[in-house]
Amino acid sequence: MTEVAPFIGYVYPNETIIQWGVLIVIYPYLTGLVAGAFTVSSFYHVFGMQQFKPVARLALLTSLSVMIFVPAPLLLHLGHAERSYYSMITPHLTSAFAMFGFFAAFYTILLILEVWFVFRADNVKRAQNSTGLARIFYRAVTLWSDDVSPRARRIDAKWLLTLAIVGIPSAHGLHGYIGFVYGSLKARQWWESDLMPIIFLFSAIVSGIALLMVLYVLVSKLRRVVIDQACLKGLTYALWGFLMFTVILEGLEFANLVYKGKEGVEMIMEYVQGPLFWRYFVLQFGFGALLPVAIMGLMIAFNTRGRIFVIGATTSALLVLMNVLLMRWNVVIGGQEIAKTGKGLLTYPMPFWGHESIASASILLIIPFLLLWLLTRLFPPWVERSGKT
Amino acid sequence: MKNDKKKMERRQFLSSTGKALTGLGIAAGGGSLLAQDTQEAGSEGSKSFPTDDYDWTKHRWAYGIDATKCIGCLRCVEACKAENDVVGDAQHFRTWVERYVYLEGDEKVHVDSHADEQNIAASGSESEYRFDNRYKDKKVTKAFFVPKMCNHCAHPACVQVCPVGATFRAEDGTVLIDHDYCIGCRYCVQACPYGARFFMEEKGVSDKCTWCYHRITKGLMPACVEVCPTGTRVFGDLNDTSSPVSEFIRNNPVQVLKPESGNAPMCFYIGIDKDVS
Repeated sequence: MTEVAPFIGYVYPNETIIQWGVLIVIYPYLTGLVAGAFTVSSFYHVFGMQQFKPVARLALLTSLSVMIFVPAPLLLHLGHAERSYYSMITPHLTSAFAMFGFFAAFYTILLILEVWFVFRADNVKRAQNSTGLARIFYRAVTLWSDDVSPRARRIDAKWLLTLAIVGIPSAHGLHGYIGFVYGSLKARQWWESDLMPIIFLFSAIVSGIALLMVLYVLVSKLRRVVIDQACLKGLTYALWGFLMFTVILEGLEFANLVYKGKEGVEMIMEYVQGPLFWRYFVLQFGFGALLPVAIMGLMIAFNTRGRIFVIGATTSALLVLMNVLLMRWNVVIGGQEIAKTGKGLLTYPMPFWGHESIASASILLIIPFLLLWLLTRLFPPWVERSGKT
Repeated sequence: MKNDKKKMERRQFLSSTGKALTGLGIAAGGGSLLAQDTQEAGSEGSKSFPTDDYDWTKHRWAYGIDATKCIGCLRCVEACKAENDVVGDAQHFRTWVERYVYLEGDEKVHVDSHADEQNIAASGSESEYRFDNRYKDKKVTKAFFVPKMCNHCAHPACVQVCPVGATFRAEDGTVLIDHDYCIGCRYCVQACPYGARFFMEEKGVSDKCTWCYHRITKGLMPACVEVCPTGTRVFGDLNDTSSPVSEFIRNNPVQVLKPESGNAPMCFYIGIDKDVS
């Protein structure tokens, strides 16, 4: 069932089965999308940036939909998923992993609370305007409270702001911590970097913004409504800025590794010039980062509008989503393809079927969006703006 | 035995609970509870533990490897697999042997282990090991074998990263795994700089060398030491100044693998070259 990784040079015998596979690539990717989507929602809910209003509630639902499935790749990966709760009843506090359960549980509750407050007034209205099962459902969702008086709404707003303010450090803490999971491991030079948590954090923000751009354009097309150009432009600016920062951080990290040239760097150089060349330099850096930076930069410089802007922005966002997925892949799988001996390279054999395979990873990438679709049907997040093109 | 295991789990639980409480900064009332727990665990420790006839506070195990004596016969690897019921393939080893060869006119070292495809082909089986004769037509300038295994580090990175405390460093210095508590996340496998840990797919838990804990706690030597025909492998108690390992360390300029990792290994080597890591 477990495939042996082909290798060149000398690798430790126990290294020939790559232990963290595609599911551990998906796990930080999903977590990053959660943190990034939450950032987009905070642009409006915390910082009051009005141009992000059309996507703020969609961003929140996206964050929740993805968050629900964040533990899934980890649980699927564990040899004994039924023992996973041990990490919460007897957490070993020197382990970065020990905190995951607490962080994830706290953050999921926070997201549910925030969604509840954001949609409360709408749900009260829906409960009042519906009959039968729908009425029972929305009444239950509002916890049988129909108080939407100005005073109650003021309390809602206060809660929302507090939750969002707590949510920003939580979301980013959760993701920075995942960077720490890798960056703190001294056994692998490819991972052992102080910049790792920061890079994970910024690439998370970038992936969330990009996801919201794609989702916003997609749902606007599906719903046949006009895309709010100010909103998309705001997202594009944010993506452009954060992306440049992320690319520079990643570049600096790589430069550091090469410049310091510690023992084993020859193997790393052989790796990046060989198997990693396409998926690191060409796809991740070239197509995934530099190309969207250039496209968005040109659109900003020439103040591109209308259809071309929408196409350019969406293309850039899709490229960035690919960039971040590749970044996760190149970190998680890349780290294990460079042998701990410093004298060999392995190749990860990804199975097509099985519990840790292309199939399971694809399902885990799709399922959150099915949940998002369901949530948008139950709690429509749409905010229409009239008159703007 | 079952009772002993329970005791061990309880002790671990108390220790991790203690750490958790300290970590959370629970003061005053919680503090007295913590003190009581610690005292209880401590008093257990002063009795014979973990079994009735073995007291882990009385020992400090260590391992010595004299690479100049190793002939690469691999009896140790096979004995280990048999003694510890290690999966009989070329991907799971509690101990293994590496061969380092320098050829004339070639500055680069050639390294392989018995798990290498060519060596497996030479032995004809994934569960029987030998080194092939691939260098017979080459001019070899220097060559030696290096047995490897878990270093039972004093500051083990694998123990640090275990999210549930399933792997721990016992009072006697051995790094062990509680297979009934391991969740199978494999963070420890990643954290070990020496590649000493592996994952048992069938059992869903991590595994590694225990210095044959079931043997050493009964006064026996680890299986690999027992079968080594050349005395390459040395084992003993550092608390006993006349033990083989105490003498080995006292009488030789020993070194450890990857000291820069900060793991402070407790396997001490002599006769290894700069390329061994």
